[in-house]
Parts: sequence; structure tokens; C-alpha cells
Amino acid sequence: MALTRRSALKTVAAASALPLIRPARAQAPTIKIGVLNDQSGPYTNTGGITSVICAKQALEDFGVSTKGLNVEVITADHQNKPDLAVSITREWFDRDGVDVLLDVPTSSVALAVQSVVREKNKVYLNVGAASSALTGSQCSPNFIHWVYDTYMLSKSTGGAMVKAGGDTWYFLTADYAFGKQLQDDTSTLIKAAGGKVLGSAPYPFPGTTDFSSFLVQAQSSGAKVLGLANAGGDTVNSIKQAAEFGLNKSMKLAALLMFITDVHALGLDVAGGLNLTESFYWDLNDKTRAFTKRVLPKTPNNYPNMIHAGCYSATLHYLKTVADMGAAEAKKDGVATVNRMKAMPVDDDCFGKSHIREDGRNLVPAYLFEVKTPAQSKGPWDYYNLKVTTPGDEAYRPLAEGHCSFIKA
Amino acid sequence: MFGFSRAQAIAFLAMVVLIAVCPFVLYPVFLMRVLCAALFACAFNLMIGYVGLLSFGHAAFFGMGSYVAAWTMKTWHVDASIAIIFGGLTGAALGLVLGYLAIRRSGIYFAMITLALAQMVYFFCLEAPFTGGEDGIQQVPRGHLFGFIDLSNDMTMYWVVAAVFIGGFLLVHRIIHSPFGQVLKGIRENEPRATSLGYRTDDYKLIAFVLSCMISGVAGGTKALVFGIATLTDVHYSTSGEVVLTTLLGGLGTVFGPAMGALVVTSMENYLAQFGAWVTVTQGAIFMICVLAFRRGIIGELGAFLKISL
Amino acid sequence: MITIFGIPGPLLFGQLLLGLINGAFYAMLSLGLAVIFGMLNIINFAHGALFMMGAFASWMLLNYVGIGYFPALILAPLLVGIFGIILEKTIISRLYKLDHLYGLLLTFGLALVIEGLFRNAYGSSGMPYRIPNILQGATNLGFMYMPNYRGWVVVAALVVCLATWAIIEKTSLGATLRAATENAPLVQAFGVDVPRLITLTYGGGVALAAFAGVLAAPIYSVNPNMGTNFINTVFAVVVIGGMGSIMGSIITGFGLGVVEGLTKVFYPQASATVVFVVMVIVLLVRPRGLFGKAA
Repeated sequence: MALTRRSALKTVAAASALPLIRPARAQAPTIKIGVLNDQSGPYTNTGGITSVICAKQALEDFGVSTKGLNVEVITADHQNKPDLAVSITREWFDRDGVDVLLDVPTSSVALAVQSVVREKNKVYLNVGAASSALTGSQCSPNFIHWVYDTYMLSKSTGGAMVKAGGDTWYFLTADYAFGKQLQDDTSTLIKAAGGKVLGSAPYPFPGTTDFSSFLVQAQSSGAKVLGLANAGGDTVNSIKQAAEFGLNKSMKLAALLMFITDVHALGLDVAGGLNLTESFYWDLNDKTRAFTKRVLPKTPNNYPNMIHAGCYSATLHYLKTVADMGAAEAKKDGVATVNRMKAMPVDDDCFGKSHIREDGRNLVPAYLFEVKTPAQSKGPWDYYNLKVTTPGDEAYRPLAEGHCSFIKA
Repeated sequence: MFGFSRAQAIAFLAMVVLIAVCPFVLYPVFLMRVLCAALFACAFNLMIGYVGLLSFGHAAFFGMGSYVAAWTMKTWHVDASIAIIFGGLTGAALGLVLGYLAIRRSGIYFAMITLALAQMVYFFCLEAPFTGGEDGIQQVPRGHLFGFIDLSNDMTMYWVVAAVFIGGFLLVHRIIHSPFGQVLKGIRENEPRATSLGYRTDDYKLIAFVLSCMISGVAGGTKALVFGIATLTDVHYSTSGEVVLTTLLGGLGTVFGPAMGALVVTSMENYLAQFGAWVTVTQGAIFMICVLAFRRGIIGELGAFLKISL
Repeated sequence: MITIFGIPGPLLFGQLLLGLINGAFYAMLSLGLAVIFGMLNIINFAHGALFMMGAFASWMLLNYVGIGYFPALILAPLLVGIFGIILEKTIISRLYKLDHLYGLLLTFGLALVIEGLFRNAYGSSGMPYRIPNILQGATNLGFMYMPNYRGWVVVAALVVCLATWAIIEKTSLGATLRAATENAPLVQAFGVDVPRLITLTYGGGVALAAFAGVLAAPIYSVNPNMGTNFINTVFAVVVIGGMGSIMGSIITGFGLGVVEGLTKVFYPQASATVVFVVMVIVLLVRPRGLFGKAA
């Protein structure tokens, strides 16, 4: 379009008319949800674009337009770089008027943006990161941890395995904060239950692809359980190689953090019999199946896991809170919004009923699943058998042990 | 006084004006990212552009500078200037040790030995307790400058970062145009000849390396204050790779190239982030095009087109 | 039971053997790099991405065409090799007269593009690929329980490495190749089509990477990032062995596998760093690498 004087005039006219239209909209300011996660790196499948799709699904299911809300979802790829994440987050808050930060996997990135959200008094709903420090030593009144954390994973998987007779353990641990914490949390639990830790192999992360050496060490330790304190591609690799070395016959494998997407990557002939914990499984009940049926057409090759479901659930609960307290109020004060979210009971298709504790821990149940063998599986992504359910009130670290600074003892 | 040609003086003024105007148009935190990356690239350019040595381990100095500045700031609550100086000194000290080992090698072997040494620094940062491992040093306060300038405001911080950058930029330029810099160029062009003229070439190269590392450390320290974090990303070899690409894209051995490269690379990272999965593909494609089509970099090609040296 | 440094002897033997097997991958990958560097003077940073393409090619052959592991062992390197030839013809051949740096940067960009495209198409979690039935199971060696597939890997790798070495060092084709790297115009004057020779060399180096990829598919996660994990170590192997030295990279590949394997027993945290420690020591003592020719 050539810029003629007439079109320029039109623009000016339109611009001057804008303030006249504004007041009508002022009753419902736009709520902006920013999904910040890994969309091009190793965690693309566990979070990534499917998280965004699930957040948008919440908008649809809640019926934002019929409730008079203006909600927008924007997204960015943090490329697992903490400084980039901080820069994007600050710009979102200062320039783009974002109100909620959602997902944010990778502990270092999740921790880095924690203080930004607090400084700007916005809302931070973390789903993707595992560190239990987020509701402990690094907690914040602007923060809710929606689905899983290291404590819950080790309690559910570790506790159940010891109960089932797996009382001697050997750990294969990714040598960084997340892996060490998983190992420590699980070890404490095993010892408390009367079990023993016979050894561990902390391997360099990232950069290790071959685990055979550690697997042989594990085998010769005589432990009954091999605890995998790692995630993503490392877990897939170590399980694949454990099967190759016949470890899945002589030992029980406990994957402390694993998603259905990882099981899919392994194939059931290798993953069958494995124990793992998730808070969500698409085939758990009628409601989860209904939810999956709604989102699946938009992300056909990636079934939702607990992070994706968490993004849906967190967005939905946030929208309910906003509708309850009014968009203008919600935009104004992050702490107040989070407090209101904590006061309201959570209820959705993915996790059923739960509530959020004062320290920002959402108490969704933890399910211990056993992966089906190829013979047991009846269809695509039919992967899990439910073994043990740990209710939300028992699954997480007790409030007093977290030493969260703003909780008065 | 800094040895600018007329064209360079005009370009320098234009850059200063741009630095002064930009924060009113673009987001200051993003611009601070650019300036830190630009200073880092200027330091790197000192080595590749004027000594002719490609270091593939510059992240070690940048990252250690960042860790030490963050740590002193958080534990000792020192003045911001002290923290940044500590960052620079750390870079210089580390540069002296690693440079002493590496400086006798040239070409691809210099690149590889610096890469290997930097990997050891990375391992140290991963294992040492003070760095916080994978989580890094978090929630570092920005503190005060000279005891009375509160840096928590983004704009105040921006002016400080801008001053640090311009200071560093002029320092690099001064080094290049000093008699010392002339010797460096002589060594780059013909090392045996410089040796026969009585110059101890290894010492000259080592001093240049240490200076480059010091400025990298300052850049890292400044960045740690801006974002309030110091993490493993800064010492990772991908950061070393990024600074090579930044400098190449802007123009190796040009005065303004590194800054231009930093602007382009950081913008790509920042503004491509919303396109999610396509970030890496686009970045890769741009680097390929750069190597194939305009090898002298943006500023280099511009200078060639205008027939001036920028 | 015999113990060595507090580690039971049998366990140590097992670890040595495992290290050797890992070394097989390093040897194959660094061999391809060394061939390419020796002939083309290009530091091929895209090698990891091409290794990944080899693994993906075998997965695709199985899932789209129904072609199993053993035919894939031939077909996948062939396909990826052809891809390499196209790359060389269209892009890489433009760089021969330039500094190493440009080749490194171009192939680095290439690796980003290839990996990014695969990630967009297949996600990052990876694809399942089974060990072929005939190689399933394990053999008890007395001191350890050895999966048959690993045994196959080490044999296949050795055969391929030695064959490559023999072709380059012992055949007339190899002699022409080596002559062409020394003095291309002269060889051209003898009526040899040097550019085509170079193209084929690149294709061959790439095919070696893809072959390693197919071997890796059943034991490592087949995902777009699988090559990046290897590439740094492999570069170190090439440098330690002496840039461009064929036998150097084979021996160093296996040797470093063993060194890394032993580190995994005594100080596992450092097992990714030990390679670089070795590299620094070698470069300080013997700047041209262990088997490199003096300049």
C-alpha cells in the first residue's frame, strides 16, 4: 500500500478515534499469559509447544469470551539459557503487560526468573521444573509449583519400591543439582524405610551417552534396585542400555523422573516393567480421556504428559480466579492473585480436586505406574498400569521441612 | 587521541548517539545484554583480529568473571565497581595461567588447546561448591555504584553498562593503536621477522591475551550484575562458539564489527525466541549465508563498499 | 579375588573392554573427520549431525519402507553419503581456498540447521530402535556379562576402520588421493579428476559417520541431539591423534575409550573432562599430536 496523504489522514483519524473506543474495553483489560519453555532443545517434547496448546485449550474450555474476559497466550523459547529467560521475562512484564509466567522447565532457569516475578509482583505458575527448592529455600509468595517436584518423585517411586521389597539400591546419578537432589531425597527415604544404598555412580551431565560402565558397576554391587536419578535423553539411554546388559532381569529399574513421551521413545519391549511416577496419565479415567480427546487433534504425535496437563490445569484455575476477582484486580497485584488461587479449591479434568498449600505447593496426587509389556498394550500410547496412588496430602515434603521464608512457623 | 580515522570518529559518534537514544526506544534490559555481548566480542576481536589467534575458550574468562563478580557481590556486599573489577582481575589472572600454557601454539592448535583448558574450567565450575553447580549463583543484588548510585533501576544500570562498554571499547582501540599494538600487528603479519628484530613475540602475545581476558572478565562481571545471576551457561563452550560467530558476523578485525555482531546475534536470540522451534534452524542458516556470501562480516562489507576502514 | 587399586580384577577387565567398545565409536567418527580434514582441509563440525542422520536413516528405512538392520547398515551410509556429496558439491566446495575457521563455522551452521529440522519433524525425545534378533542376548565371558551386540559393534568398527586405512594407505586409489592432497595441480596434470576425488572423499567420510550412526541406533537414544554429545570428544580424539592422521585417529579413538572407561570407575564425575586433560598434555608435549607428521 502506497502511503498517500489520504491514507495517512485516515490513520491519524483512526488513531485519534482510538481513545474513544478504549473506555468500552477498559472494563476487561487483556490478561496475558506467557508460556516460557524449551522449544528447540532436549525438553521440546516434555514441554514445548504442546504446553502452549494445552494452555490455549484451557482458554477454550473455560469459555473466556463468554465470560467477558480478554485473554491472550504468548510464548517464547528460553533455549535453556537463564540470562535469556530473565531478559525475556523482564521485557514481558515491563513492555508487553504479561501477567502470568507459565511452565519454565530446567531448574536453573526456573530459579533465575523467580526473583524477577517477585520484584514485578506478577504470577508465576511453574509446571516444568523439578527442584523442590522452589517451594523451599527459594520460595516466593508469587509462586505456585503445579505438578511434580523432586521430593514427590522420590517419595512415590522410592517409597513404593522399598515397600515391594526393593530395599538395596544403586544410583545412576546425573552429576548436577537436580540429579543429586533426587538421589539425596530418595536415599533419605530408603534409609528411613529400613533399606540400604549400596553405591552410586555420578556421571557428567551433560555429555554422557554411554552408561555401560556404570551399569556393570551397578550389577556387581548386588543391589536389587537401580535408581535412575536423571532425566530426558539420559534416562532413555540408560534404560536402553540396561536392557542390553540384561539388568532389567536381575534388578528392578526405578526411573525417578520419566514421562510418557520418554516411554514412547524407548518402545515397550525395552521399557516394559519399569516403575515411574507421573501425576497424570491420559487413560486414567473418563475425564482425562475426555481432555486428551480435546487436545490431541492439535498435537497428534505428542500425547499430553503431566507437564502438559499441568499447564492446562494451572491456566484454568488462574482464569477461574481472575473471573472471580476481576481482571483489573488480578492484573494489579500478583501476590493477591496467588493468595486467591490458594484460597480457591482446584478442580479440573486432569487432576481432579486438589488444593494449593501456603508455600505454593499444589497438592495433586502422585501415581506410581508400571509400564506395560508389548503383550499387555492394546493400542497406541496404551502404556501404563496404575500400581499405587499417593494422595496429594502425603505426596509432598511437609510444610515445616521446607523452611520457606515467608511461612510463619 | 585514540587513533581514530575521520570515518571512524564519525562512526564512533554515531554509536555513542545510538547508545544514548536506544533505551528510549528499545527495552533497556535487552540493550544491556547487547552491550555485555558487544564488550565480550570486542575483547575477543583483540585476539583474533589483531594477534591472529582464534581462542575457542573465551567463555572461561567471561564465565569466571561473572561467577566471581556475582559471588563477591552476594557474599561480601561490596560496591558494584569492586565486583566488576574483581571480575576483570579474575579474567586476567586466569588468562595469564591458561595463556602461559597455550600461547606457544598457533592456528587450529591454539583453538583446540584453549577449548580443552576451558572445558577444565567448566568442570571446575560444575564441581566447585561456591558456584552453586547447575543452579548457579542466584538472586545477586545489583547494589550501589561508588556507594551512592542505586543500580536497581534499569535505566541507571543501563548508563553504567553503557559507560563500561564505551570504556572497554576505547581501551581496546587504544591498545591496538599503541606502539604495543603495532608490534602485535607486526607479529601477526610476520612472526619470524618480528623475532629477528628483537621482539619477544610470545610475551607480546601473552600480554594481549591477558588484556583480552581481563576485558572478557569485566563483560562477564557486568552481565552478572545486570541479570542478578551467574550460571554454567556462561562458561559453557557454546558461549565460546557464540562469541566467535558474533565477531565473524560483525567483521573480524574491524573496529565496530564486534558491536554490530553482538547486536544482530542477541536480537536473533531474543526476537526469534517467539518462533520456538525455528530458532536454531534460522541461526544456522544465517551463519551459513554469512560464510558463503559476506565473509568480511557486516561492518567489513560495509567498509569495503564505502572504501573506508571501520 | 585379585584387586587392583581396590577394584576387583574381573570388574576392571570388564571396564577395559567396555572402554574399548566405546572407543570403537570414537575411532569411526574421528576416522571420518581425519579423512575429510586430510583431503579437504575442512574441519567438519557437521559430523555429529551426519552421524545422527545415519541413525535416523536406519529408523526411517525400518518404519517407512520396512527394511531391517542389516540392509540398513549398507543403505543408510549410502543415502547419507549421497547427501554428503550433494552438500560438498553445492556448499562446501566453495571454501577450499579459505582459512580453516570458515569451514568450521559453515559446518557448524550446517549442523544447527540439520539438527533443527530433525527436531521439528521428530521432536527431541527420540525414536525406538530394537537390537536385531540375531544379536540379542549376552554371553558370559567369565569376568563379565557381555551383550552380543556390543561384541558385534567392536568387530564391525575394527573391520571398517582397518579397511579404510588399507584403502588410503595401501591401494593405488589411496595413493592418488594422498598425492592430490600434497599437490593437486600436479595430480590434475596427470589426468586425474581431482575435484571428483575430493567430492567422493567427503562422501566417504560422511558415510563412515552414518555407519557409526546405524551401529549406535540400537543402543543409544535415536534423537536429533545424539551427535552433539559426541562431537567434542571426537574432535579431541582427532587433535590428540594428530590432525589428518588416519592410523592416529583409529588408535587414539580406541585408546581414549579405554582411558575414559577407567575414569568412569575411579572418578566418574570427570569422565567427560579427562579427554581434554589428555589433549592439553599431548598438545603441550607433542604439539602435532601423537601420530601427526612434523610440520
